[in-house]
Amino acid sequence: MKHNRWLPYYLIAPSLLFMGAFFLYPFLQIFAEAFTNSDGGVGLGNFSRIISDFNFWPSLTNTLLLTGVVVPVQLVMAIGMALMVTKMNKGRDSILYIWTIPLGISDLAAGIIWLAILEQFGFLNSFMSAVNLIDAPTSWLNYQNAFALFLAVVVAEIWRGTAIVLVILVSGMGLIPKEYDEAGQVFGASYWQRLWKITLPMLRPSIQSALILRTLLALEVFAVVMMLGGSDMPVLMSETFDWQFLYQQTGAAAAYAVLIMLISVAITGCYLKFLNVPKEAR
Amino acid sequence: MRKTPIALTLMALLGSTPAMADINFFSTQARPLEEAQQMREIALAPYGEAVNYMPQEAGTFLSRLEAEKGSANGALDVLGGLHGELGSLTPAVLAPLDDLMSTLGEQGISEQYLSLGKLGGEQQRYIPWMQATYIMAASRKALPYLPEGADLNALSYDELLAWGRNIEAATGQPKLGFPAGRKGLIHRFLEGYLYPSFTHSVVREFRSEDAVAMWQKFREIWAVTNPRSTAFGFMQEPLLNGEVWVAFDHTARLKDAFNKRPDDFVAFPAPAGPSGRGYMPVVAGLAVPANAPAPDASRKLIQYLMTPEAQIRTLRATNFFPVVATELPDDLPASIRMSGKAVATQSSAEDAVLSLLPSGLGKQSGLFNKIYRDAFVQIVLRDADIHETLDILAPRLQALIDKSGAGCWLPDAPSDGPCPVK
Amino acid sequence: MKSSSSEAVMSSSLPSEASARPLEQIAHKPRRHDMAWKWLFRAGVAILVLWVLVPIALLMLNSISTPEQISGWPKTLTPALSFETLDFFWHYQGVISALGNSLLAAGFTMVIAIVLGAPAGYALARFVFPGMNAYRMIIILSRAFPMPLLALPLAVIFIRVGIDDSILGLAMVHATLALPFAVLITSSLFMGIPVELEEAAWLMGCNRWQAFRRVVLPLAAPGITASAVFAFVISWNEVFASAILTVQNRTLTAFLVQSLSESPAEIKYAGGLILVVPALLFLFAIRKYLFSMWGISNR
Repeated sequence: MKHNRWLPYYLIAPSLLFMGAFFLYPFLQIFAEAFTNSDGGVGLGNFSRIISDFNFWPSLTNTLLLTGVVVPVQLVMAIGMALMVTKMNKGRDSILYIWTIPLGISDLAAGIIWLAILEQFGFLNSFMSAVNLIDAPTSWLNYQNAFALFLAVVVAEIWRGTAIVLVILVSGMGLIPKEYDEAGQVFGASYWQRLWKITLPMLRPSIQSALILRTLLALEVFAVVMMLGGSDMPVLMSETFDWQFLYQQTGAAAAYAVLIMLISVAITGCYLKFLNVPKEAR
Repeated sequence: MRKTPIALTLMALLGSTPAMADINFFSTQARPLEEAQQMREIALAPYGEAVNYMPQEAGTFLSRLEAEKGSANGALDVLGGLHGELGSLTPAVLAPLDDLMSTLGEQGISEQYLSLGKLGGEQQRYIPWMQATYIMAASRKALPYLPEGADLNALSYDELLAWGRNIEAATGQPKLGFPAGRKGLIHRFLEGYLYPSFTHSVVREFRSEDAVAMWQKFREIWAVTNPRSTAFGFMQEPLLNGEVWVAFDHTARLKDAFNKRPDDFVAFPAPAGPSGRGYMPVVAGLAVPANAPAPDASRKLIQYLMTPEAQIRTLRATNFFPVVATELPDDLPASIRMSGKAVATQSSAEDAVLSLLPSGLGKQSGLFNKIYRDAFVQIVLRDADIHETLDILAPRLQALIDKSGAGCWLPDAPSDGPCPVK
Repeated sequence: MKSSSSEAVMSSSLPSEASARPLEQIAHKPRRHDMAWKWLFRAGVAILVLWVLVPIALLMLNSISTPEQISGWPKTLTPALSFETLDFFWHYQGVISALGNSLLAAGFTMVIAIVLGAPAGYALARFVFPGMNAYRMIIILSRAFPMPLLALPLAVIFIRVGIDDSILGLAMVHATLALPFAVLITSSLFMGIPVELEEAAWLMGCNRWQAFRRVVLPLAAPGITASAVFAFVISWNEVFASAILTVQNRTLTAFLVQSLSESPAEIKYAGGLILVVPALLFLFAIRKYLFSMWGISNR
């Protein structure tokens, strides 16, 4: 078709203009702020300031660890759930609906939900005392118990964030032509061979998008952690918030934001490279 | 189908026209939902005109004001905030309210508060609105474990420590509590209570030997403190559910405990250290943005809020005490009676050391609090070396004070120029 | 053997993987074995259903308990029904209009994100053009930057332009959050739709737009709905831009939810429920859309 050459540009132009107006302009302003020293000169003063802060390394490691644990688990779970969905006959819609419920739940609400379960007088302790595992309410979520705290956040994040991966994968899976799988069966491939050789490779574009989105969100995890861990478990996003809103130092907050962005871009770059999706070019 | 988005668009755009004449009262106080509702129903409803009371976290409060700064027509009519919050704004953002002083001047507002309201300049940038302070609260279950000879109304930090140890020995659980969570106000405990009680200073003696001894003592106290304290924002909750038996907090953040079960709790003054009984009153102020859409309406609301009647209504709603001279009625809720008595005992104690809110720090006041919180987290929670930590933090403290140019405030002795850290 | 190692990995990390297998193999395996697998599969599904539902049920339980029960110990599964706290929210001044604002903002966000995002997603999926990687990077970058920091400069612009404190203005900000998701989700979808289908339509005389509308769109509808849902949810749950960019026209989150974490436990839980329920209802209402087209190419 003859307008092919310009068509993609027409298609992306509206979103580009929109992002330019509502994202790029304010972004550049904040970005510049990150590299503006307190005396007004250009430099890395804000970065050295946040790095010398006591909370810098804990927040960086916490965030990366969380992302590193949560995202792979979610991917595996979501693939499993998506495969189960394909095997269902009746009740598929209802089950899919239930599984996607956490999609609608904000991280603040998810934090509240898990707080109700995990707090000292919460349901978990009540249950454990009912089955005689513990005598008195024990508090799990305190700073002396960093591992339990971390685990609680991981569980809440997995609970909340798996649905988005699932939805992307289910939509992607629905688009894999059944003929491929049938051909595999004809050649006597086992279920696992077909999964590994046909389904997952065909699902690669969806897996890629899901991973990128999930990782970006995981790096910006905030409300769940604050609800469950409070100041005991600083993450990059909570530090960004505190510097911006509590300490009123936009420069330092901007430096954190730039850092989050750099990490995101680096990880996204890896996904794009290692999960390279062949393009069906025209 | 296609027309709906257009209709919706029009609706939304219409919504943006300033058709409503409600007075927008933007405030960092009375944030918890029930308190905000009481603020509307008890304190503002009798005003007669529609007031849109919008409680707001300090961060978004300041951001909104920052955003409106450059505009000729602001959207906000009246601002309510703590001294530190209003003080961190550029003074020019707030309209001078000296004209109001002619009518308010006679109401018995303390000179100290009025001068705080000038934010280091010549003009009145905010009108002192209401005041509160921090006290201790304890469950009656804890009273049998008070160390022998200790007087609840004249407790020392040593006795508090002994008390905590007794409770732990008897129950097996650490039952002291401090609001050291993200939303908690532990930095005020450090700035206004611990430091003054041990060093008779906040800034100058930041890393003195007295301060080192103080941190050591606090570590010991922390050992008998519920480790969940780092998650506590409002101590009324752990008091009510029994996680904590003895707690320090803001009067407004203890009120639920006193109101819901007045017979189960006692209120008493903060403990004393070697240098006396440090305590810190906090004051919230009312201000008008320089670009307020209807300055006269704003002033009228402020005048209403400063009447003794409205001040008592505000007290009922928020547990913040009046700043104007007035008789308190007898039918006040339990929390106000109980905390009022403790507050009076605390400030009139012989060894009382008055500690003022940091003044003149401007935009640095958030960072100032961070220094003390950092010290607490490093020394007490992460067990870092005391000298080392204080030596890292002292230059940072000095730098932010120099930047703001703030002189010393009570209990530190006055200084020429920025307050020096020894 | 490669497949067995992958099987070990997958099944050890997730029992459901293994349980997904049997139905395929009904023809080859003895019956008793099949039954066992079938039950395992069902158990896996049931566990995952409970995993999602139980926490929400517990939250509901908490929000209809009395404050005494919430701070009490141990918890029971049969609370004394108390709707006092929920009632408090219902009568909270301004809740209804805030709810309306939230819905409106979320609706706009959804429309903007899809109308702008889906074409871009299609372009990324179907064409190779200079600058596409740059575009992709910009889109991803925009989501990688913490939004709350941008609220302040945006508010300054909005005040200047005169769209401050409007739902539409707020929706535009929310749409910048949702757009990257819309682009990425739709592009992966379009990529999965074989281009041969489109080409066949062209051969049958459709132009590009017709082919898109008649062939691609029906296939992509569920995925597009998914990204619309996501846009809705993002807007519904966003707090900071709403708190800074609106004054009179506050959304529910800015109006109510912001101070939830400072409120007493019973308010916190009831508020959490109020935050959850509308999103649940919305998902429920559009679930047909989301899933009915699902798997159409399989049949």
